[in-house]
Amino acid sequence: MTGLLGSRPGSGARRRGGSTAGRPYSGIPAWIIVLAAAGALFGLLPLAAMVARINWPQFIPLVSSEPSLAALGLSLRTAAASTALCVLLGVPLALVLARGRFPGQRLLRSFVLLPLVLPPVVGGIALLYTFGRQGLLGRSLEVAGIQIAFSTAAVVLAQTFVALPFLVVSLEGALRSAGSRYEAVAATLGARPTTVLRRVTLPLVLPGLASGVLLSFARCLGEFGATLTFAGSLQGVTRTLPLEIYLQRETDAAAAVALSLLLVAVAVIVVGLSYRRPGPAGPGSAGRAEPARS
Amino acid sequence: MTLSVEAAVAARRFDVSLSLGPAETIAVLGPNGAGKSTLLSVIAGLLRPDSGRAEVDGRVLFDLPLGAGQGAGSWTAPHRRGIALLAQEPLLFPHLSALENVAFGPRGAGVRKRAARDTARRWLAEVDAGHLESRRPGELSGGQAQRVAVARALAANPGVLLLDEPLAALDIQAAPLLRRLLKRVLAGRRAVIVTHDVLDAYMLADRVLVMEDGRIAEEGPTRELLRRPRSSFAAGLAGLNLVAGTVTAGGIRSAEGLEFAGQHDFPLVPGQAGVAAFPPSAVSVFQNEAHGSPRNSFRVTITDLEPHGDQIRVRAGELSADVTPAASADLGLVPGLDVHFVVKAAAVAIYPA
Amino acid sequence: MRPGRQAAALVLAASLAAGLLGCSAAARGGGADRTLTVFAAASLKASFTRLAGEFELRNPGVKVRLSFAGSSELAAQITQGAPADVFASADTTNMAKLSDASLTEGAVQDFATNVLTIAVPASNPAAVSAFGDLARPGVKVVICASQVPCGAAARAVEKAAGAALKPVSEESSVADVLGKVISGEADAGLVYVTDVKAAGDKVRGIPFAEAGQAVNTYPIAALRGGRNKELAAAFMATVTGPDGAKIFSDAGFGAPVG
Repeated sequence: MTGLLGSRPGSGARRRGGSTAGRPYSGIPAWIIVLAAAGALFGLLPLAAMVARINWPQFIPLVSSEPSLAALGLSLRTAAASTALCVLLGVPLALVLARGRFPGQRLLRSFVLLPLVLPPVVGGIALLYTFGRQGLLGRSLEVAGIQIAFSTAAVVLAQTFVALPFLVVSLEGALRSAGSRYEAVAATLGARPTTVLRRVTLPLVLPGLASGVLLSFARCLGEFGATLTFAGSLQGVTRTLPLEIYLQRETDAAAAVALSLLLVAVAVIVVGLSYRRPGPAGPGSAGRAEPARS
Repeated sequence: MTLSVEAAVAARRFDVSLSLGPAETIAVLGPNGAGKSTLLSVIAGLLRPDSGRAEVDGRVLFDLPLGAGQGAGSWTAPHRRGIALLAQEPLLFPHLSALENVAFGPRGAGVRKRAARDTARRWLAEVDAGHLESRRPGELSGGQAQRVAVARALAANPGVLLLDEPLAALDIQAAPLLRRLLKRVLAGRRAVIVTHDVLDAYMLADRVLVMEDGRIAEEGPTRELLRRPRSSFAAGLAGLNLVAGTVTAGGIRSAEGLEFAGQHDFPLVPGQAGVAAFPPSAVSVFQNEAHGSPRNSFRVTITDLEPHGDQIRVRAGELSADVTPAASADLGLVPGLDVHFVVKAAAVAIYPA
Repeated sequence: MRPGRQAAALVLAASLAAGLLGCSAAARGGGADRTLTVFAAASLKASFTRLAGEFELRNPGVKVRLSFAGSSELAAQITQGAPADVFASADTTNMAKLSDASLTEGAVQDFATNVLTIAVPASNPAAVSAFGDLARPGVKVVICASQVPCGAAARAVEKAAGAALKPVSEESSVADVLGKVISGEADAGLVYVTDVKAAGDKVRGIPFAEAGQAVNTYPIAALRGGRNKELAAAFMATVTGPDGAKIFSDAGFGAPVG
């Protein structure tokens, strides 16, 4: 039986959807491949169209102008801070959602994931009513001498709000597929819950956590609506790269396109990293992470 | 100085009470869904029973009076119980080397890195896996990984070792090796081993406990229970003839000097201890000295006759044979009669003990 | 849940169908129909909606489709070939872009002006009463970024008043500035007189003399690509005529200069 459904090249007649020599049978119908190609084009064409519009002789001066560099620097700094905040809040949330069992759990998950489907502007308005000067917490914060409105902190809050679900979703999925059996074994070996978390749970879901971190970071970089609504727009303080692009478009389309390409490049690097991470446990570890119970 | 457990889990119709001496190993047998794994989970602290009480050496594991609400009573978390669990799969932490896996228990107990590694090396050597210490779990065979898992469980210095079908996932070559290893390391330890295999019970356990429908159907010393089963499940298992003895070139020589030839899937070393196992259906009964091959032919005295399904089970000391009622009548079988049992060598499995 | 889901599906299907019909109707819409498409600056929304209503009333069978957005946004759309008959801009720069590219037809006519004012929340928490107060430390001022017309105007009046503003935010549209004032995030913002008027009692306007240094002129023109030249001319006549003047004056606009 071994090899029948394994990777042996097809020896009989070649049929559509059949296997290519040396490669395992994939079972993908041809029409699916056509649609997949259309999907890939749909993503790539707009990017290509944008690149075609770039004024290359002016590219370097455009992206290295003072407002552009200020916006890029601010974007990278705030995205890094927001991602850190996402990890701080999102890892515990994912753990509680994946491992806990409590009433209202599904409701909590829905609310945590809500920003994924919410227009960011709505998120910005909600944040305004929470942390704004007239907001739920904002009034007390202002009494305590903390002013969030129009500060870089507001940008970080807005980015964290929209990016947190990405981290929670990635990590919760990784936690669920890793299962809790390793943790149970670790506990019976005498390890305290914190030790189990540090030495077993987190290392096991490290790939999921890493891709969650990178996705959150990418989402933070692209954040626009919530920032515009909640934080305002001031060079070096709250005007991140997307806001700078939006503003540049009013007067200088070439600058906007150049900055867009810069943002795309950063995003491509980040997303590319999240799919090219080395496995932390060496070859074959992923397949053995969850042995099937017969 | 005992482990005592009383626990009920209503949702699984589980209600069990048992106790275990300080150096006693019990085997838990039973059909699927009988509650064997639930029992281990309750003892390990991975499942909270609705009510019950458990102690080990005077320390309370849980004390949950019937009718007391959630949060009432006392409950010791799994990591404070000193009870290690060895599952069917090794479940070695994939991101740690074999050595770090074994050192995990001591490290968690606060032992310094270096001392924990020394302890781990000792235990790896104990399970003949010293040469594997730097391997990742992904680079170990099933049998090697399970040996490392045994070392890891023992390195945590548990007061009770729980084994959940530790041999079930192993192939036919690896299982006997690990069974012998377990026999060695379980000697003098308190352990509960859940198994499907009567051979495990026979070789590893002092006492057997048979579970059916979430309850203990019967329990007793291993040999006695296997010889005189009262529960239907044990009867189904216990029919197997098991003869302990010394390995010879072609099989096993029993203490009484009987020679059993049989099949084996791994190299046997003459002189070591071994077991021959064969079902009663493979045993034929003759009035006279055997025809044909003289091997596996034994002169025995019938001690007992009892119906077994539509067959008659003929008992002669520790051996038994199944014959049809017609054959039994033809041969005039009665207790006290001397007959010859002849076993087909092809049906005899030889295991090193 | 079941009936709710069915209802949702129904609504979805209906809106899809409506969308398709709308698309095909627009595609078929050509010479014979009496629909006029007007692209107008966002600040004209209230006045143009009123004007279009009166225009339709006086010209039975005529339908005016209005599209409101930032002037630069609309100019870009027209340059890209968006089908419009009339364009009303909030500044002369964006209209000039189109007329320079020969996309307008006939004369460009100025029909209204607008000036900046200080908008403060109804409670006026920072007690702003003059332009000079905006430069006081601690007063959170929001203006438009200089890339957009209202920002250019703000910088011009700042210069004329001789006060150096330190805004906490430079928004990309006047609506964003007004939003920050209405929500109370900002103590004051520089917006147009018409914006304060449209916002009702949520904000207060504080006029200042230097506003006259940056008068924003609103031009209107028919477009070369338009399909309904006659209707376009008639609509422009209404905008620049006495009916338009009344409506614009009600909304706070000033009369065109010269």
